[in-house]
Formats: sequence, C-alpha cells, structure tokens
Amino acid sequence: MNGPDVTWYLAVASILFATGALGVLLRRSPLIVLLSLEIMLNGANLALIAFARQQGDLDGQIFALAVMAVAASEVVVGLGLIVAMARRRLVLDVDELTTLRG
Amino acid sequence: MGNVIVWIVWFAALFACVGSGVAVVSMTNPFYSAIALIGNLGSLAVFFLLLQAEFVAAAQVLVYAGAVMVMFLFVIAYLGGQADAPWAGGSSWQRWAAVIAASALLLEIVMVIGLKAGGRLSDEADVRESFGSPADIGRLFLTDHLLAFEITSIVLLVAAIGGVVLGAHSRQGDPRYESPAGVPVSRERTLPPEPVNATPHDASGAGVPG
Repeated sequence: MNGPDVTWYLAVASILFATGALGVLLRRSPLIVLLSLEIMLNGANLALIAFARQQGDLDGQIFALAVMAVAASEVVVGLGLIVAMARRRLVLDVDELTTLRG
Repeated sequence: MGNVIVWIVWFAALFACVGSGVAVVSMTNPFYSAIALIGNLGSLAVFFLLLQAEFVAAAQVLVYAGAVMVMFLFVIAYLGGQADAPWAGGSSWQRWAAVIAASALLLEIVMVIGLKAGGRLSDEADVRESFGSPADIGRLFLTDHLLAFEITSIVLLVAAIGGVVLGAHSRQGDPRYESPAGVPVSRERTLPPEPVNATPHDASGAGVPG
C-alpha cells in the first residue's frame, strides 16, 4: 500500500486513548470528563477501522458505527445528568458528588 | 507522487488530531474544549477516509461533529458561568497518579499490540474498490449484523427516553408559569410592558435596568 501502514494508525489510536484517559482521570468538571471520554471512544474507533482495513473485513467498520451510536446515547444521558445537577444548584465537580458514598 | 501526498495529508491529520486532543484535555473553558473536540473529530474523519472507510467518515462528521457536538455546545451555553472548569482538582498525589496511570495505559497498549501482532501488521489485505461504501455497509447491516442493528436502535430509544426523564422537571409551584388565581397563563415569557413611571424597585425586577 502506498502510504502509512496500520502500525502508524494504531500508534495514533493509542496516543488518543491515553490522552482521553488522562483527561478523565485528571479533570474534575463532568463536562470535560465527558469530552475526554469521547476522545477515548474515538481512539478505539480508529483502531477498529485500521484493523478492518488491514484484514480486508468490513465487520470492524460495522462495530465502529455501533460504537458511535453508543457514544451518542452516552452523551445524551451524561448531559442530562449534568443539566439535572446544575438545576439542583450542585457544584459541577465530580469530587463533590459523594452522596452515594457508603 | 501520490505516495508523498498521502504522507503529507497523514501527518497534517496527525498534528491536528493530537493537538486538538491535548487542547480538549487542557482547556479551562469547556466551550473551547468542545470546539477543539470538533477539530479532533474532523481530523479523525480524514484518517477514516485514508483507511477507505468513506461511510464511517461521513457518519463521523454528520453525527458526531454535527449533532452530538451541537448538543454539547447548547448545554455548555445553558450552564453559562457554572460550566467553567478549574484546571485540575484534588490533591497533588492524585494529579501525579492520574498522569502515571495514563502513561502506564499507553505503555500497556503499545506493548500488547507490539507483542501480539508486531510481525503481522505490515501485510495488508487487498480490498475491492467498493470497500467501505454505503452499499456494502448497508448490506452487511441488514444481513449478517441485523441483530446488532436492531439492538442499537433500542439503545438509542432508551437513551432518548432517559434524556427526557433526566431533563424534565415539574413546573408546578413555579410562579413564572402560574397566575395567582390558578388560571394557567401563557408559557411564553414576554417582556413586561414599557413602564410609564417606572419605580426603582419594580416587583418583578425583570426588564428594568438597575
């Protein structure tokens, strides 16, 4: 193939995944955590599509589309939770939400 | 010649992708984070095109960069100043632990992929011209992966219902939507009429500067 082979794409995918994981672990705003989660999902998607191209099998692309649908659902629920938190005048900080702590 | 162009496009997408990813994680204003994520999704769509996933690239731009991110921006605008995110919280050991955990994750992914598939990654399958076209994807979705397709639709339906349940709130007892006599008033919020002799302490307080 002319152009980068699948190893390069996997490197980008792992960098993206680690960046997103860093955001999820480091940041305290639920909005930024959700955005970083999207980066993690997209890193996984890139790996899926790179492997689909390498194997010549479309199943990986189907899986990536399913991941996109799940990501959209997750954003809906997450943003609903954030709006509900804001309406109850809770501070938007994942460290402050300890009501469920046993 | 085409080879060189592919590499140039690839590296441009790489820098856009990694740069916008770092921007998403490091911005203090979530609005900028969301805008950076749109750039991230766009550069990923370029990668998808280079990998002959035309339909997924189109869906990425339409669904993700279009619909999902607009929803994000609306929520951030709705929250206003409440949404501002201080850079990082917690004690300093938590911060260091987060950085170490993320680096360990990166190292782990690279090592596992290298050990398990290192030698076989360079040989690539020959694919048809129509690989990744909407026709091929649609045929697979409606034959081999029909169950996954239907389950995905149920997941989306449940998420929509969940969004409505989480976002709904009762308007009973909210004085903005009830008249004193109990007669329902119009739910459209209108600006108060222009006061002729405006007192400084208007009861509603709305629309009167100061």
